[in-house]
Amino acid sequence: MRVTQGTFSFLPDLTDRQIVAQLEYCLQQNWAVSIEFTDDPHPRNTYWDMWGPPMFDLRDAAGAMSEIKACREANPNTYVRVSAFDSTRGWETVRLSFFVQRPAEEPGFRLERVEAAGRMIRYAVRAYSLDRPAGQRYPSVEPATEPRGRRS
Amino acid sequence: MTIANAATTLGAVAGEVVDLKALRAETDIATPIAELDRDLVGLAPVKQRLREIAAFLLVTRAREQVGLTSGAPTLHMAFTGNPGTGKTTVALRMANILHRLGYVRRGHLVAVTRDDLVGQYIGHTAPKTKEVLRRAMGGVLFIDEAYYLHRPENEKDYGQEAIEILLQVMENQREDLVVILAGYRARMDTFFASNPGVRSRVAHHIDFPDYDDGELLAIAETLVGDSHYRLSPAAREAMSEYIVRRRRQPGFANARSIRNALDRARLRHAMRLCEGSAIADREILQTIDAEDIRASRVFAS
Repeated sequence: MRVTQGTFSFLPDLTDRQIVAQLEYCLQQNWAVSIEFTDDPHPRNTYWDMWGPPMFDLRDAAGAMSEIKACREANPNTYVRVSAFDSTRGWETVRLSFFVQRPAEEPGFRLERVEAAGRMIRYAVRAYSLDRPAGQRYPSVEPATEPRGRRS
Repeated sequence: MTIANAATTLGAVAGEVVDLKALRAETDIATPIAELDRDLVGLAPVKQRLREIAAFLLVTRAREQVGLTSGAPTLHMAFTGNPGTGKTTVALRMANILHRLGYVRRGHLVAVTRDDLVGQYIGHTAPKTKEVLRRAMGGVLFIDEAYYLHRPENEKDYGQEAIEILLQVMENQREDLVVILAGYRARMDTFFASNPGVRSRVAHHIDFPDYDDGELLAIAETLVGDSHYRLSPAAREAMSEYIVRRRRQPGFANARSIRNALDRARLRHAMRLCEGSAIADREILQTIDAEDIRASRVFAS
């Protein structure tokens, strides 16, 4: 099941050229671009791992693009997204966020029913990939030997 | 067979004629170079090289139009020359010129020295250098006194790591940024000799000659004009004498010495006005006189 969260997620995956065009737009708006990655696709998982600090002084998309490539290389077969933060007073929030990589296979989510007080049914959504421990959730490529998030 | 081939080739070329003159007008190639000619005194070899680069970029574009691709040209440069010969000034303009010629996308200049690239402990250098490179993408990275990156006396120095990252980006992302290394001639030569990788990746070595006396006087006139002063005829005379004398003294730094001398002359000018008559008109306020310059200790010896 294709995970759809963030902008453009109902479209086919963006090509690198399209990503560059989006980054250019972000920089034009003076938004700070940052890169994050995770292997937990739950829609409520807001805290992804950061790939370096947000790039505040960036002038050109080429800089961000080379970071995206480095992140993909270090974390193959995970979700990688780009977020653009608008620091304008009154906004101070992420204005745009989209996937730049997703795992080759996305097993999707199952619905869990939990009986609460009085046999009331509560529902939960749980990703099949979460059945495995972190780091081995998308094993179609060889598991990373190095701990995640370490740089250089 | 050969003749037939030649005929078809000729036909193809005739179908794709490029009007270089129109392309020239369209890219506005002449304006930045004319500005450089007007604003900077002397520096003939530098201007000549810039003209060549501009022509080359124009022809590259024309070649692209008829389908002759040759990859992104290497435009990394090394500026060498004595103190005060205008290396930094030209680099600042270079970003603008390359942008107008359509070679770099943004045309900003990121000026750094060793401190900005090299870290203080293991693992600190790579992120620091990469961050600077990221900021410079789409523009020009100006590394002043680049030879400080390499410390031959300390083989564990982190400068080498910065050089390696720099080289990698200079080679692989040529279309994303232009690197300019600058420094004094003798020390840059040693730096290049001990880092052959750097030398081979820098296509343009531009040497900044020393200014002659006439050029320095012209620079002095430009400098006072920029700050809305002017030299009286006697002061002009004194200034050219000053240049001749100052050149013979140690620590002469070309245009920088002239700028410092003028700054001091302005101080003396102000002092003279304050101690003199109470009334000053526009003329007196803007004219530097011979005595302001002749008070310098350069004339004492």
